[in-house]
Amino acid sequence: MLSWMFPPVPERRLLPDTRGRPMPWVIGIMMFVTVVVAAAGLAIANSASVVRGGVENRYSIQIPDGGELAATAASAARSAPGVTAVRPVPEADVRKTLKSWLGDAASNADLPLPSLIDIDLAAGADPAAVEQRVRSTVPQARFTAYKEQLAPLARSLTALQWLALGLVVLMAVATAASVVLAARSALEANRTSIEIMHGVGATDEQVARLFQRRIAIDAFIGGAAGAGLAALTLLLVAGVSGNIMGDLVGGSLIGPGGMLLLALLPLAFTLLATVVARAAVLKALRAAL
Amino acid sequence: MKRWERGRTLTAIVEFDSVGLRYGTGAEVLRDLDFRLARGGFYFLTGPSGAGKTSLLKLLYLAQRPTRGRIRLFDEELSEAPRDALPAFRRRIGVVFQDFRLIRHLSAFDNVALPLRFAGKSEAEVEGPVREMLAWVGLADRASARPPTLSGGEQQRVAIARAVIAQPELLVADEPTGNVDAEMAARLLHLFDALNRLGTTVVVATHDMSLIAATRGAQLLRLEGGHLGDPTGNLRHPPSAVGLA
Repeated sequence: MLSWMFPPVPERRLLPDTRGRPMPWVIGIMMFVTVVVAAAGLAIANSASVVRGGVENRYSIQIPDGGELAATAASAARSAPGVTAVRPVPEADVRKTLKSWLGDAASNADLPLPSLIDIDLAAGADPAAVEQRVRSTVPQARFTAYKEQLAPLARSLTALQWLALGLVVLMAVATAASVVLAARSALEANRTSIEIMHGVGATDEQVARLFQRRIAIDAFIGGAAGAGLAALTLLLVAGVSGNIMGDLVGGSLIGPGGMLLLALLPLAFTLLATVVARAAVLKALRAAL
Repeated sequence: MKRWERGRTLTAIVEFDSVGLRYGTGAEVLRDLDFRLARGGFYFLTGPSGAGKTSLLKLLYLAQRPTRGRIRLFDEELSEAPRDALPAFRRRIGVVFQDFRLIRHLSAFDNVALPLRFAGKSEAEVEGPVREMLAWVGLADRASARPPTLSGGEQQRVAIARAVIAQPELLVADEPTGNVDAEMAARLLHLFDALNRLGTTVVVATHDMSLIAATRGAQLLRLEGGHLGDPTGNLRHPPSAVGLA
């Protein structure tokens, strides 16, 4: 199936050896951008998944006036069916969070603070029943699902994933377009040689194979170099931000499946370039006699 | 096999019926060409510059389709043959171009080997014949030289070697001796003659009257203003190839 990639030496000489041709550079740059964007998309998808998983069954109880009512509400929550964990949030943590917005004013003892209680429910538990149990003892308690609070973030992450996917597709289209231009340029540069080959009985298939192989090699070299450079860049970025991001999502940003997908990108682009080059060359050759 | 009016059983390798050719929307450069070339014949094509000789040769070696009329080569109607069918016929035709048309980055050896390699011959089948042919045209020691390093005459000989390496059934040459000295011209003519005796039909476009005079039994085709003269009627009803030899 890949015999066209490994023709006899004389056949490899049929096209001139034009070292320094731009095609590998173009593909390399596109591959670099594609891998970085795809990695970002996968990292976002992974982060979104981790965040969603972490808050799927987590709820928050807020009691505006706090105080003893918080303990009552916590006790009611613990007795509700399906509740697996109840964690009153320490006031210090609340003030620490507020400090980001209020500055030192967050430490003011006169600042009225609500009491917060985080609760986790078992999968399939009925949050309405838990809410009813809590509110039957502390009517002013507000029951909020974490996923509702994080819905805007989840939507943003989803949008970013689609954006990354769209960019990868756009890069693939741009790669295909540049391959078509490169193929046409190569055909034009070798027009006389092609006429001679046709004149001595070469078929379109035989001529197309020459260009298809040349572009496949260029695409593979450029793709591998671009992907390699992107991998180094991503490792560097991961080294700088790995601790923060790792803590945030609780582990690696890109799983083994994602790594495999990234590793396959240069091969996929090489395949794409080869198919597009072949089609472009055959179409151009058919325009001649 | 076809039976012609003269009652002799002959095979025409080339048949043109009412063939015309124009480029784009210009005037016809070839008009109403009606002729047949006998298999195994030796033909010289002459005519003033601009008469359409090169255009006629292009039709013969399938680099151009006629804009009207019918062309049969090797007993096949090829005027409207599908593109994919043409390479197989081109492999049966050897062409010597006026401007040599060698691939500049390939060695003389590789240029001569082109027809054999595209025909799917193995390197073992290519090596011997190509070396032999290069020796025959006096370029054995220039096998690895590339065309830009060869003189005009040497390039012409490489082009001729390439045209005949696959022992074509039809050899078409456009001014093949234009860039070689008299001695080499005589050798090349001898080569064409030898091929012709082996059965190859030879069509040579030339202005060189000495070349024509030196070839016994060859027929003269004169093209003028896009028309082919046929005063003897032999082109419509070609004599046998045996009679030409």
